[in-house]
Amino acid sequence: MGAEFVALSLPPILIGVLVAVACALPGNFLLLRRQALIGDAISHVVLPGIVVAFLVTGLIATGPMLLGAAAAAVIAVIAIEAVRRLGRIEAGAAMGVIFTAMFAGGVLLLEQSDTSSVHLDVEHALYGNLESLIWLDATGWASLLDPAALAGLPVELPRMVLALVVIALFLWLFWRPLALSTFDEGFSRGLGIRTAPLGLALVIMSAIAAVAAFDAVGSIIVIAMFICPPAAARMMTNRLGHQVAWSVLFAALAAVLGYVLAGYGPLWIGANASVSAAGMIATVSGIILGVAAVAGPHRTRNS
Amino acid sequence: MLADALLLQLGYNATLVTIGAALLGIASGVAGTFLFLRKRALVSDAISHATLPGVGLAFIFMVVMGGEGRSLFGLLLGAGVSAAFGLLCVQWLADRTRLGEDAAIGAVLSVFFGFGIVILTVIQTMNAGRQAGLEGFLLGSTAGMLRSDAILLAVSAALVLALVVILRRPLGLAAFDPGYAEATGWSLPRVDLAMMGIVLVVTVVGLKVVGLILIVALLIVPPVTARFWTERADHVVIIAGVVGGVSGYVGAASSATAPALPTGPIVVLVGFAIFLFSLLFSPRRGVLASLLTHLRYQRRVHVRQGLLALAQGQPIYEVLTRRLLERAGLVLPDGVPTPAGQAAASKALLDETRWAIVRGDQAYALAATRYDGLTPIEDVLTPDQLTEVDGKIDAPQVVA
Repeated sequence: MGAEFVALSLPPILIGVLVAVACALPGNFLLLRRQALIGDAISHVVLPGIVVAFLVTGLIATGPMLLGAAAAAVIAVIAIEAVRRLGRIEAGAAMGVIFTAMFAGGVLLLEQSDTSSVHLDVEHALYGNLESLIWLDATGWASLLDPAALAGLPVELPRMVLALVVIALFLWLFWRPLALSTFDEGFSRGLGIRTAPLGLALVIMSAIAAVAAFDAVGSIIVIAMFICPPAAARMMTNRLGHQVAWSVLFAALAAVLGYVLAGYGPLWIGANASVSAAGMIATVSGIILGVAAVAGPHRTRNS
Repeated sequence: MLADALLLQLGYNATLVTIGAALLGIASGVAGTFLFLRKRALVSDAISHATLPGVGLAFIFMVVMGGEGRSLFGLLLGAGVSAAFGLLCVQWLADRTRLGEDAAIGAVLSVFFGFGIVILTVIQTMNAGRQAGLEGFLLGSTAGMLRSDAILLAVSAALVLALVVILRRPLGLAAFDPGYAEATGWSLPRVDLAMMGIVLVVTVVGLKVVGLILIVALLIVPPVTARFWTERADHVVIIAGVVGGVSGYVGAASSATAPALPTGPIVVLVGFAIFLFSLLFSPRRGVLASLLTHLRYQRRVHVRQGLLALAQGQPIYEVLTRRLLERAGLVLPDGVPTPAGQAAASKALLDETRWAIVRGDQAYALAATRYDGLTPIEDVLTPDQLTEVDGKIDAPQVVA
């Protein structure tokens, strides 16, 4: 546990935890509002956003790609709402129509354009590459205090910190109206809370989490973290505050445990390669949910 | 090239795949209709993502048993088993815990898919994994298929379609009128199980063609599209089948023209194009039709209010009202009514007076509910009733 750990494992673990927590926080409210699949839809449409941003600017740069992804997420949310209202179609089906079409468009654009020279492909978009986010400048724990070495940290780390701060700040500021409108929309509207913009703001926060996390870890872990930790936390308590706390704990646990299992697990059973960390983190979060669903104190509807 | 592909001129394999995709499209459109009407469209998303670990584990199992691991049948069998397990998990989470079905779907699809990715990375490190080509299951690839695979695909697509046709009656009943279905002796849970079974088979068969990420579109887009064109239950099913079949046929045919063209996205985009056309232009529920209806209504209100103003000798200031009346030849440019305008105005006033009496009289309570300020009263009352109403109109009194 020395220099090698700080350089190779610490940054990915930290990023994994940040991603997991940033997604799990808004996920709690999405879950309670029966909008859990919004996270699914958002993480699918991020791909076309990034591809279009790349085709327009011609470079793999963080700024335009994040903008493209965020724009795609907003367009998707608006399109889903438009299809639902204009066509009078149930929300789930409207979502299914829009996100599959946008994802298909993204894949087709990607295959048709010349992106062979850059690392932009569907597999990367789906399960990212957490393992590659290493910190080459680190020489040991002392590097954490060395400004020169800190400058060499993977750029995803500060970006995720920023996203997490924004999301946490949003939840802290709007906690009461959010909680009220989640549990009793009619009552909160009676109190004068504007529930529609608030709901949209929550979706935008989720999009920020998904977009910031996407580049580092891929879509699949984003969907898993939106749903599994809050769902497991829901089985543990009946209080919103406690549920959010549990979900943060579960998310962090899944990230750390998943990364360690993916990196070192195969070594323990004698294999000499590692498996996908993103996939393993999603798997661990599923196991946590499974345990909570079988043994959680508040797992049934009337407990 | 594209024309050749659409006319099935690209060789035996491509023809088989194209026909298979068309059959699959029809089957999924029909099966998807039942799913859509039961409001469980996105369950198919969980099922399709849950196939991935099965595909990977089946591959590993076949390699360990000494095979090559590329048998499509074996891979699809594995996919079916793990998809069924995923479906069970969704059911269990939704029924036995406090989670809603949407959360159960999201949890199962992400966890199973994540686990599938883990299995795929394991396979990559195995020696046989280099040419496994399991990524083709993500987005579908029909180019360069083996003949036996193409036959398997076409035959199983035909079988699914036959299954859907055989079970259409209980499925339709459960989708459109669950209460009646139960009253006539069908067990709703069992019909649901059969429906999920068909969706599962469609998903598994469609894996190689459309890919597991997008197969959900083949189940959702056709019924949603069909709903725009008809209000009749049996027609929705048929139209959904046609939309699905066309998407599958065109998608598979055009992707056969180039190896780099993944089949799934094209199938989905063809379906989406049909959906978009329907959303905009379908005659009754389409956006354009709604817009036209709205405009027509707006104009009728303007003309009616204008006529009432004319009848009472009031000047009209509203620009749209004046323009509409002028264009209909009811008033002259200076605002003076033409003879036709005077006649129409008196008629409107008479109509309104009769309505006022009808609405004030309890005996006509039912007819009064039809009042919207536009409906001519002759459409609502019989000539006899009209005579009776007219008797109650006060004759104009001369002011002393």
